[in-house]
Amino acid sequence: MRKLYNYCDQFCKDQIIFVTKEDHEAPSNAELVEDDPNDPYEDHGLILPNGDINWNCPCLGGMASGPCGQQFKDAFSCFHNSKEEVKGSECIDFFRGMQECMQKYPELYPQEDDNESAPSGEAEAEAEAVLPADSTKEVASGTESPATS
Amino acid sequence: MFKCKAAWNKLAPLARASSTLCRQAGKRAVFRHERTPQFVQPAHMSSGPSGGGGENTLYFVLVGATCLAGGAYAYSTLVGDRERYQQRITEIESRSSKPAAEPSTPAKTQLETAASEPASAAASPAVEPTHAPYLLIGGGTASFAAARSIRARDPGARVLIVTEEDDLPYMRPPLSKELWFSDDPTVTETLCFKQWNGKERSIYFQPPSFYVSPTELESVENGGVAVLTGRKVMHMDVRGNKVKLSDGTEISYDKCLIATGGIPRNLQVIERAGDEVMKRTTLFRKIEDFKALEKVSRELKSITIIGGGFLGSELACALGRRSADLGLEVVQMFPEKGNMGKVLPEYLSNWTTDKVKKEGVKVLTEAVVKNVTYKEGKVEIKLKDGRVVKTDHVVAAVGLEPSVELAKSAGLEIDSDFGGFRVNAELQARSNIWVAGDAACFYDIKLGRRRVEHHDHAVVSGRLAGENMTGARKPYWHQSMFWSDLGPDVGYEAIGIVDSSLPTVGVFAKATAKDTPKAATEQSGTGIRSESETEAVAGSVAVGKAAPTPPPQQKEDYGKGVIFYLRDKVVVGIVLWNVFNRMPIARKIIKDGEEHADLNEVAKLFNIHEE
Repeated sequence: MRKLYNYCDQFCKDQIIFVTKEDHEAPSNAELVEDDPNDPYEDHGLILPNGDINWNCPCLGGMASGPCGQQFKDAFSCFHNSKEEVKGSECIDFFRGMQECMQKYPELYPQEDDNESAPSGEAEAEAEAVLPADSTKEVASGTESPATS
Repeated sequence: MFKCKAAWNKLAPLARASSTLCRQAGKRAVFRHERTPQFVQPAHMSSGPSGGGGENTLYFVLVGATCLAGGAYAYSTLVGDRERYQQRITEIESRSSKPAAEPSTPAKTQLETAASEPASAAASPAVEPTHAPYLLIGGGTASFAAARSIRARDPGARVLIVTEEDDLPYMRPPLSKELWFSDDPTVTETLCFKQWNGKERSIYFQPPSFYVSPTELESVENGGVAVLTGRKVMHMDVRGNKVKLSDGTEISYDKCLIATGGIPRNLQVIERAGDEVMKRTTLFRKIEDFKALEKVSRELKSITIIGGGFLGSELACALGRRSADLGLEVVQMFPEKGNMGKVLPEYLSNWTTDKVKKEGVKVLTEAVVKNVTYKEGKVEIKLKDGRVVKTDHVVAAVGLEPSVELAKSAGLEIDSDFGGFRVNAELQARSNIWVAGDAACFYDIKLGRRRVEHHDHAVVSGRLAGENMTGARKPYWHQSMFWSDLGPDVGYEAIGIVDSSLPTVGVFAKATAKDTPKAATEQSGTGIRSESETEAVAGSVAVGKAAPTPPPQQKEDYGKGVIFYLRDKVVVGIVLWNVFNRMPIARKIIKDGEEHADLNEVAKLFNIHEE
């Protein structure tokens, strides 16, 4: 590890340190403050600490706020609370309602992409939510909804 | 009858006052009959009854003068009252007839909203909203983020956005980045760019079908977001909870967000330089500015950018890349010693400047403009040190002036240090008024009072304001970030207070060809730095020259690393230099606000040697 002080001694305003891979091999001894998972100020992922769905999660994109937002919320809430063997099996009507609404806005909810169809989108989101809610991470990557791409 | 009563009402107190005055004056005169009160002297000129000595004359003169004055006052007030009364009547009458006269105009102005509506709107007298439960002033990034947040949290919410622009809400970063890298010749029409995954997206946050027509906002079943374009909010009545628009319409609200952003600053020397220079100057901010500059870049031979910050440097690089193909000369000048001189420590700013020069830009550092004139078909820029630049077009990227005109009528506080509306940690200015985005000077619990002009901050603060408008009562907590790409070799993300006047500690590793923004976006599957932070934000990078493997150099090569900005030994800002997808760690360190004895240990957390 070399230190370079930009032509002046160690009291220089801008210090520069060059490190090799070996220099950084040993784990860091920097201490980070323990995170409070129930911190009311923190942005949470898809599922809030109390188990509710965070409709404002960036991961949902515009799904909960668009013209079919209400239908989406109904369908997804039903799915989320479903305790059936086949999760969400009793929610067919809600999903149908959502699909009908979405068909009215093809520009917003493109139908062709399988990746982005509603049921599998929710499944992905649920899977993400099962991961420990780490307040330093965004549960945003990879679950972009059709409305935003 | 009314006139008589009014006259009597007006005169009665005066009559009482004047009689009291007379009695008092009389008493005084009686008690001090040897001295004549001085104020009466001039009154002697008025004719009074001759009999009865000085005291009597005094009384009569006093009474006469008071009655005259009283009469004059009463007359003028009555006339004024009558005028005011007439005005009020005509105003009320005109107001009731206005909505009937309006229906044809909404159908024309709301071109982008629900296409099926215009016919029916013209047929039946559709009324524009006079009340909006959620009124958002300004139609930019912060406003849209707030609208989305409100709709997510308040089912069936009816949100009205009022914007003076003619466009629906759109994102700004691509205007100085991705849109310039597009191969599509129709890009100025489509305003689409390619994302990291190869998919095209528009700079508009949502297509027109997302929005509800303003005339339907009050009736549509599940609520929605409506946008009134081409209207400016001129006056805000905080006590009455209503605003007045540029066309005279009044809209009342329950909760209001001010997200008016700002307008680009200009140099005084250019403003004074006259029309010929102003015609050839672009203040870059909006879609129309992008279109104009794109046209200029194809038609003219030389463009000069004044300003060495984010916008100036990004535009310089974007234009520089085109310079070879178009035969365009691109000049960039600024007072600092290097690009991003106010943001990056000197050594890094110098390194960045070299990279900008490699993009084909003629960079003039330590350049202070003395005056600008139009001479022989060219814009001539004279610098204070004598250098002269002759160019065809000027782009001024010298900062943003926050739009706070509403502060006066609304009685809101403006911050004298940072500019913008002064709001608390929850972005609130008054009980039902919040401010977000570029115009908000807010209290950051961790970093102190500040005003931030970055895209992600607009999203984060807009979202927070929306949450607080629906009762969340949360302070600004999730620290926003920003990023910049200056060509395929230089890209960085940053968070917190990144000010080059602060002491810094930089920890660097040697860069390989794999550590460039281009490589990062191609290689990483889902974690595009800007999209993983905030959804719907473009993060793709230039499709352009391939980054050559840097040959071994004698001088130091700041390929990739982490730079910590310190204030009282606490890290308040971090720049991730060609190191991507590590923003959550950076955010955590700033949030902790701890004093770290050895920042190299902290740097280890970033794994800068890995992908």
